[in-house]
Amino acid sequence: MRGWSAVFYREILILKTKIFRQLASMSVMPLLYIVAFGYGLGNEMTVNGVPYLAFLIPGLAAMSSMIQGFNIASEINITRFYWRVFEEFQVAPIRSIAYVTGEVLFGVTRAAMGVGIITGLAWLFGIRLSYNFFFWLAMVMNAFLFASLAVSLAMLVRSHADQALLVNFVITPMGFLGGTFFPVEKMPHWVQILLEYLPITHAAKAMRAAALGNQPDPESYVVLGIMGVMFFVLAVICVSQAKD
Amino acid sequence: MASREPKLAVELRNLTKRYRKVQALKGISLQVQEGELFAYLGPNGSGKTTTIRILVGLTKATSGDAFLNGYHVERDSIHAKRQCGYVPQSLNLDHELTVEQNLDIHGRLFNMSRRKRKNRIAYLLHYIGLADRARSPVKELSGGMRRRVMIARALLHEPRILFLDEPTVGLDPAIRRKIWALIKRIQMDGTTIFLTTHYIEEAEFLADRVAFLSQGELITIGQPQDLMDSLGKWALDTVENEQMKTFYFRSQEEARQHASVHPGPFSIRRVNLEDVFISLTGRKVA
Repeated sequence: MRGWSAVFYREILILKTKIFRQLASMSVMPLLYIVAFGYGLGNEMTVNGVPYLAFLIPGLAAMSSMIQGFNIASEINITRFYWRVFEEFQVAPIRSIAYVTGEVLFGVTRAAMGVGIITGLAWLFGIRLSYNFFFWLAMVMNAFLFASLAVSLAMLVRSHADQALLVNFVITPMGFLGGTFFPVEKMPHWVQILLEYLPITHAAKAMRAAALGNQPDPESYVVLGIMGVMFFVLAVICVSQAKD
Repeated sequence: MASREPKLAVELRNLTKRYRKVQALKGISLQVQEGELFAYLGPNGSGKTTTIRILVGLTKATSGDAFLNGYHVERDSIHAKRQCGYVPQSLNLDHELTVEQNLDIHGRLFNMSRRKRKNRIAYLLHYIGLADRARSPVKELSGGMRRRVMIARALLHEPRILFLDEPTVGLDPAIRRKIWALIKRIQMDGTTIFLTTHYIEEAEFLADRVAFLSQGELITIGQPQDLMDSLGKWALDTVENEQMKTFYFRSQEEARQHASVHPGPFSIRRVNLEDVFISLTGRKVA
């Protein structure tokens, strides 16, 4: 496992060089959603007896942890295809699991920053929720899962152009269908069954339950845990195969 | 007292590499002794970079074996990687980060202690003449400086073998000579150097031994002077029927005598490694 901290440290150094741009960029999306969907559409609206904004914020946090965790894929691709720094990791005496661990932890760090911004914005807009241990646990598990998926897919794509396809086919549909903006229970039964297979559905469910002061369903954590381990193992395999 | 047997730093045994329909390496076998400066010469696409990429662990061989200081590069990759430093042909530094940060990350990847990293970085920046640019972002350095930083980075963990893939490509002649002096100094400090180049004069100036590679095959291997002497000392270039022809002679006088019977333009010069390559393959190196 030696070397993971070097991978993580490098990502943090690069993040530091563009920290203000990153923070601003992370703030735009949630701010727009809070204003447009929260105030524009649902100031007076409730979902299952909960004000829509209070319903929306945990969903946005789940979506943000997914997007920020997954966004490391584009950073890895730039490192791999443009700067070619990925070769520096490949020639170093470290195992693939160390590289994946460093990158995934960075993905989780980015996700924590993104979710921190959302909770801060929510507080500024007067939305008070309970950001307890179970909220952050689901956030970390969700980010871990998507960061692992990001590393896997980053190793499989052959160019920058493929990166946009990944976002279009993986992230955008999950962001809109996984219970972020609306309760999954309102969907037709067959759609609900399909959505049960999406990790974001479980993350949104668990984070929303925790943030609203309810007991989250342990099944959500189990699903996130199993999928997280699966994607992490897949990432290690993909990095090991990423030669030629 | 028994003399110490020279150790093998690099060993290739019947190495092949196939990329789909292209056979990039066709059974390369060679040995490089510890402390040697070995140049691997050939035109673009001859398989030079592929060989180095297999040795440093960036590519898997299709068949055959490669060893670094006795460690198999695939079966014992972690140990093998510890033996070597690698300077790739294309620049691969983090441009946003400083010179010092780039080196520090490398030291961390090789599990060097904080104190050792600090000392080695200071020493190497002085060694490559960039001590005053430690805190400069890489994007502010010239091409030659970046190349020197890459060499310093590859040396940071004190490797016993240094792989340099076209280390002076794209650099102007003055900077190229600075890099040559640095490479010679590294060798004199005891590091084995495996260098690929298509600059003939680079191999002539630097190498203890050279190997010629053409279309994935090893054509010949030997000391530069021996290879050149096998042709002669002097070369006479003539133009006959719009075709350039070269003749080789033991002495300049012989070459002059031969030139006097040729009606067309001619020039007499010293034999170089390019002549050796052309005489063996009918192709030019660069």
